[in-house]
Amino acid sequence: MAVPREQMTEPMAPQTATTGERIVEASELHTYYGDSHVLHGVNLTVQRGETVCLMGRNGMGKTTTLRSILGLTRPRSGTVRIMGQDMTRAETHAIIRQGIGYVPEGRGMFPNLSVRESLVMAARPGPDGRRDWDLDRVLSVFPRIAERINHMSANLSGGEQQMLAIGRALMTNPELLILDEATEGLAPLIRKEIWTVIRGIKETGIATLVVDKNVNVLIDLCDRSMIMVKGELVFDGPSESLRKQPELLQTHIGL
Amino acid sequence: MDLSLFLIQTMNGVQYGLLLFLIASGLTLIFGIMHIINLAHGSLYMVGAYLAFWISSYTGNLFLSILLGLPIAIVLGIVIERFLIQRLYDRDHLDQVLLTFGLILIFDAMQSIIWGNDVHGVPIPDALRGGIMLTENLAYPTYRLFVSGVCLAIAVGMFLLIQKTRLGMIVRGGASNREMVSALGINIRWVYTLVFAAGAGLTAFAGMIAAPISSVYPGMGNSILIICFVVVVIGGLGSIKGAFLGALMVGLVYTWGTVLVPQFAGAAVYALMAAVLLWKPRGLFA
Repeated sequence: MAVPREQMTEPMAPQTATTGERIVEASELHTYYGDSHVLHGVNLTVQRGETVCLMGRNGMGKTTTLRSILGLTRPRSGTVRIMGQDMTRAETHAIIRQGIGYVPEGRGMFPNLSVRESLVMAARPGPDGRRDWDLDRVLSVFPRIAERINHMSANLSGGEQQMLAIGRALMTNPELLILDEATEGLAPLIRKEIWTVIRGIKETGIATLVVDKNVNVLIDLCDRSMIMVKGELVFDGPSESLRKQPELLQTHIGL
Repeated sequence: MDLSLFLIQTMNGVQYGLLLFLIASGLTLIFGIMHIINLAHGSLYMVGAYLAFWISSYTGNLFLSILLGLPIAIVLGIVIERFLIQRLYDRDHLDQVLLTFGLILIFDAMQSIIWGNDVHGVPIPDALRGGIMLTENLAYPTYRLFVSGVCLAIAVGMFLLIQKTRLGMIVRGGASNREMVSALGINIRWVYTLVFAAGAGLTAFAGMIAAPISSVYPGMGNSILIICFVVVVIGGLGSIKGAFLGALMVGLVYTWGTVLVPQFAGAAVYALMAAVLLWKPRGLFA
């Protein structure tokens, strides 16, 4: 695999900060589905307040990386540190409680709960006791959701479900928001709305790790970009530097 | 047939149905939320009845027996869930049936060893003896009315808990998307233990308050288990609302069947189930 070494080392510069500044620090993750070796030694960090994206074609291991970090799919080897603590073998709820809001691929709806119930059941102060996000604030960020507050989640449109999933994650007052396929399958207008919201979240200082296919939007939005090919990161560096190397996008994502 | 017989049998049917609901609701919750088929559910009903008999033989007071016996049943539920059922969440229904059937055998043997195989009675508490005059010449047993009232109050409380509280939302969410509940930072295993313990407590409680009416005898858990499965299937697997309606239907059909066609009373309940399933193959609310 042609790994551009200079790009691999570049993000090390901001990472000289103490490990306490790192929300997620996954190293050498090897994850399998049965006999099939999906992740081949993934190293991924997210710093406090940082907006990063994970790009790559379908089936390259992006979702598996997120699931391995969250303990939803156990890595066979490697370590996961969250907020500086070793959480490699911790249960998912304990990992999440360190301050992670998760919006899964497919949105993870509770079809039998109403919009209000989906939000209320998730409510929790952040790991430091912060209560910045409550029902009122989430509803003001998502007026569409506010209009549908008493509807069942199953009856929402795809875009509304995605907004509900993001709002639900915010109700947990996270330090880091993880969005898997943030805008997949949504109409262009709704996508724009979602990106606007994610920008707004970024401005509040919450770190974001986002997986999506809209490379141009991601490069604009994110401080740092990562590209994944066949279970390995082939690029990890400032989005600016990726912008200057369109051939990387061409080769690894096909743009 | 006169009006008074009609009234009394209907009230008996409702009382039996409400009691069945207490047992069936636990069964359907455990299936709907954890996808566990718990054959040992009836055994906990039997345990409740025997605890009521055993403790009240010392205390002479049914209410005190319930107060002392209920925590024992709930702890038993927690132990069963933590040490046995929890290993079965990702397994086949057949494995679950095998394990919980094994539990039935163990509970039946324990009952035989500890309490013997005689039939026992539990006296009705003094305060609830006798009857209440419904009309000038029609009395209805106070204790049966009391049982109906308590069951109804628990049903309402359970409905409010499940529909209106955050815990209820989490439980319902866990039924439809278990992984997402953990991914919101909620310990789903703890939720499961709680639901199982609540189901065990409800069933045992039903056994306790039913003891003065039905007497206490070996195998009482198994016959009630089968009726409760009928209730759950009629109502739709996992539906509390369905269990409530199904329990009332079964209670009324069984009671009226006993009066009108005694030789077919047992079969009437199954005929009802067949009819409901022909009309709604997945049950009323599933």
